[in-house]
Amino acid sequence: MPILEMRGITKEFPGVKALDNVNLSVEEGEIHALVGENGAGKSTLMKVLSGVYPHGSYEGDILFDGAVKAFHSIRDSERDGIIIIHQELALVPLLSVGENIFLGNERARGGVIDWHETNHRAKDLLERVGLHERPETIVDDLGLGKQQLVEIAKALSKNVRLLILDEPTSSLNETDSQKLLDLLLEFKAKGITSILISHKLNEISRVADTITVLRDGSTVSRLDCEGGISEDDIIRDMVGRSLEDRYPPRAPRIGETVMEVRNWTVHHPLHPERKVVDNVSFHVRKGEVLGIAGLMGAGRTELAMSLFGRSYGRDISGEALIGGQPADLSTVRRAVNAGLAYATEDRKTFGLVLDQTIRRNIPLAKLEAVARNGVVDSHREAEVAETYRDRLNIKSSSIEQEVVNLSGGNQQKVVLSKWLFADPDILILDEPTRGIDVGAKFEIYTVIRDLAASGKAIIVISSEMPELLGITDRLYVMNEGRFVGEMPTAEASQERIMSTIIKTGQAA
Amino acid sequence: MTETTSPHAETSPSTMGASFAFLKTHLREYGILFALIAIMLFFQVATGGILLKPVNLTNLILQNSYIVIMAIGMLMVIVCGHIDLSVGSVLGFVGALAAVMIVNWGVPWLLAGVICLGVGAVIGAAQGFWIAYFRIPSFIVTLAGMLVFKGLTLWLLEGQSVGPFPAQFRLISSGFVPDLLGGAEMNLFSLLIGIAVASLILGLAIRTRRQEQTRGINDEPFAFFAVKNALIFAALVYMSWLMADFRGLPNVFIVMALLIAVYSFVTSRTTFGRRIYAIGGNEKAASLSGINSQRLTFLTFANMGMLAALAGLVFAARLNTATPKAGIAFELDVIAAVFIGGASMSGGVGTVVGAVIGAFIMGVMNNGMSILGIGIDWQQVIKGLVLLAAVIFDVMNKKKG
Ligand SMILES: Nc1ncnc2c1ncn2[C@@H]1O[C@H](COP(=O)(O)OP(=O)(O)OP(=O)(O)O)[C@@H](O)[C@H]1O
Ligand SMILES: [Mg+2]
Repeated sequence: MPILEMRGITKEFPGVKALDNVNLSVEEGEIHALVGENGAGKSTLMKVLSGVYPHGSYEGDILFDGAVKAFHSIRDSERDGIIIIHQELALVPLLSVGENIFLGNERARGGVIDWHETNHRAKDLLERVGLHERPETIVDDLGLGKQQLVEIAKALSKNVRLLILDEPTSSLNETDSQKLLDLLLEFKAKGITSILISHKLNEISRVADTITVLRDGSTVSRLDCEGGISEDDIIRDMVGRSLEDRYPPRAPRIGETVMEVRNWTVHHPLHPERKVVDNVSFHVRKGEVLGIAGLMGAGRTELAMSLFGRSYGRDISGEALIGGQPADLSTVRRAVNAGLAYATEDRKTFGLVLDQTIRRNIPLAKLEAVARNGVVDSHREAEVAETYRDRLNIKSSSIEQEVVNLSGGNQQKVVLSKWLFADPDILILDEPTRGIDVGAKFEIYTVIRDLAASGKAIIVISSEMPELLGITDRLYVMNEGRFVGEMPTAEASQERIMSTIIKTGQAA
Repeated sequence: MTETTSPHAETSPSTMGASFAFLKTHLREYGILFALIAIMLFFQVATGGILLKPVNLTNLILQNSYIVIMAIGMLMVIVCGHIDLSVGSVLGFVGALAAVMIVNWGVPWLLAGVICLGVGAVIGAAQGFWIAYFRIPSFIVTLAGMLVFKGLTLWLLEGQSVGPFPAQFRLISSGFVPDLLGGAEMNLFSLLIGIAVASLILGLAIRTRRQEQTRGINDEPFAFFAVKNALIFAALVYMSWLMADFRGLPNVFIVMALLIAVYSFVTSRTTFGRRIYAIGGNEKAASLSGINSQRLTFLTFANMGMLAALAGLVFAARLNTATPKAGIAFELDVIAAVFIGGASMSGGVGTVVGAVIGAFIMGVMNNGMSILGIGIDWQQVIKGLVLLAAVIFDVMNKKKG
């Protein structure tokens, strides 16, 4: 008997039917994968299940353990052991690991927190998820991978029966992702059921027992993974056609050097003695797609942000030349004027004005271009927004939709649109396809290729090595703040990159 | 790409049902306007028609002008993600400064006025400087400013009231638009201005609707559009007729109308305005988009200071004297007006027109309750509850959407 059955779920938002008669059936003790394109309705379905959207705000039935459930809040669903870990982590950065694990569920006697018990139990839980940190550690001091494990420890503290993970690995590096998947398999052995949402199909085919595919808010198919399943099969159901190649063909025409950085060193903003970027030198040429490989925490984002208007770090030293001339990159405005742009990996915090519409977000970095004498021409603005909505295929009811209501992948496309519109000579893309579905990835790769073909220099920071190998011309490998290797992509392989990292450092 | 049709686009645009459906989805935008109308109707009935008597209407506008003027500046400050608690004290200080300059030192009133506006801008800029460039929380900086300028007002006036002002200065507040047409019964010129402004607004509304329709982004049913604009037109003409019937449009009214028009335009149509909303919505993202959030924050506070100074002149001219008590607790009314008008505490949301309507809601309640003889004690209670209700309504409405 299935542990969970969702029958005929329909959920509408003003102007959008996010779910249309969706069925989902999950067996006890299995890992059930939920896949689909950006905006297919995966997160929405899980929010319906966990009571984020309360009973009554959707149609259809939820059966858990054979009984019809009407969850009115997350607390209701948690009481039954359904725990959701959202696409965006929900930890309080300045509280300790232990405090976060028991947030809202404090170990207390008569309202007074029992710190001994808290830290003791937290320690147990941390061990169960394989995280070797003290419960007193402040969450903010942990990397994303570890924070993710804290979330899972928090879930375990609540007596979980069904664990829902919404894109848990999208911001994790290869090693951390593997660890997390191993953990899921371990849980499975102990009888915990999980639902896994991911765009990384290799992960899915590795751990999933059953896959439900959503497309445009409807269930398309239910695939049984016993006996193996190929990624191509999943893709076909996801996008409704088979995808010949994962990467568009390219014929790079590489010109002269446009940007050169010499001896770039950046110190940590709070711990000035720590070098986050250490004496890095590199160059990028016209028409070239340059990749920066490395593990999460290698300092790639910090390098990019420190170049882009000194938006990160302190005591920055080194030289940056654009077109052979020393470039003034001291503020974001100046960096943009010098032809540089940086599309952030953290779209919610750094990329978008969430409460505003697509129309307002896209032209933001170059508002002058849609204005005359300081007065915004709303016609032009709308045209621009429409153009990019079409070009990047941003799934939305219209350009007037607030970006907070877009699915994660479509938010990412809005960030990209903003910088494409700013029309820089050198574009730094930080994890440009994070949380983006396979079909849309291909579209973004095509955009990158076409930009390079038009003579732009593109720098791609990515933790997905196949992606770097598939779309770049040349690679630098970064580890612990330093550039430790450079190679033409034609001569690179995942093994070679990893061995470069390991050889040079105390890589984890 | 999937085209999802919005629910109201399918329905026939001319039916009542469509209008109501539209209203339901846009309740947040119009709710506040309805609230104002409802409150006015209530007091019109409760006071036996006194509320909309020409003399009272004129008074109402004069009484609220300085709150409205400051609410415009405060709206921008709040949209930017900040707050300014010092405006009441700055208003008092500038009034005192004007009195000392004009009455004690004999500085020509026009020159003194210009100096005062400059001083206001400098005060705002000084506070904005710490807030924008040193990231000192605005709550603290302006709380300090509130104390400082309250003290400086006392010092400047040496604890006394200073007045009276020359007649020309008083005209800012107590003057009326002269009747160039020489109407016998009423101020015809004023009426004409009223009709002209109402027509202009109507024309603009029609133009915008056309433009939006050609781009396919307007889903407002025609019936709704027609009724709404007819009402606005009628209300404006009726009010100017009422005022023309008394002594004409007050000078401050013209000043206010100009400010509303200019700042509405600035906030909604200029790059400056757009950027302020972006900063309030997500400062980090705005900065990383190349927006100079520090300078814009600074300018927003300088602007607030200048508007507070203007309000100070209007207030002093109206009282015809500068007193150490002037401006005390005004900041609360101003901030309340902005939040009643739909602005969000966390920044990035709000409109000038909303803030002005919010100010008038407060004003009409003050005025109406005074006419009814409700004591100052209960007035405060009721105003507090209205503020709370307005914000609760806003939040609930947003949740639902
Ligand atoms: N609060 C909301 N208001 C309006 N529309 C919404 C809201 N939340 C989601 N949507 C819409 O519902 C659809 C499904 O969104 P959902 O977040 O479930 O997608 P997803 O499958 O999780 O995509 P991704 O892989 O990009 O995270 C999208 O078209 C989105 O724009
Ligand atoms: Mg999602």
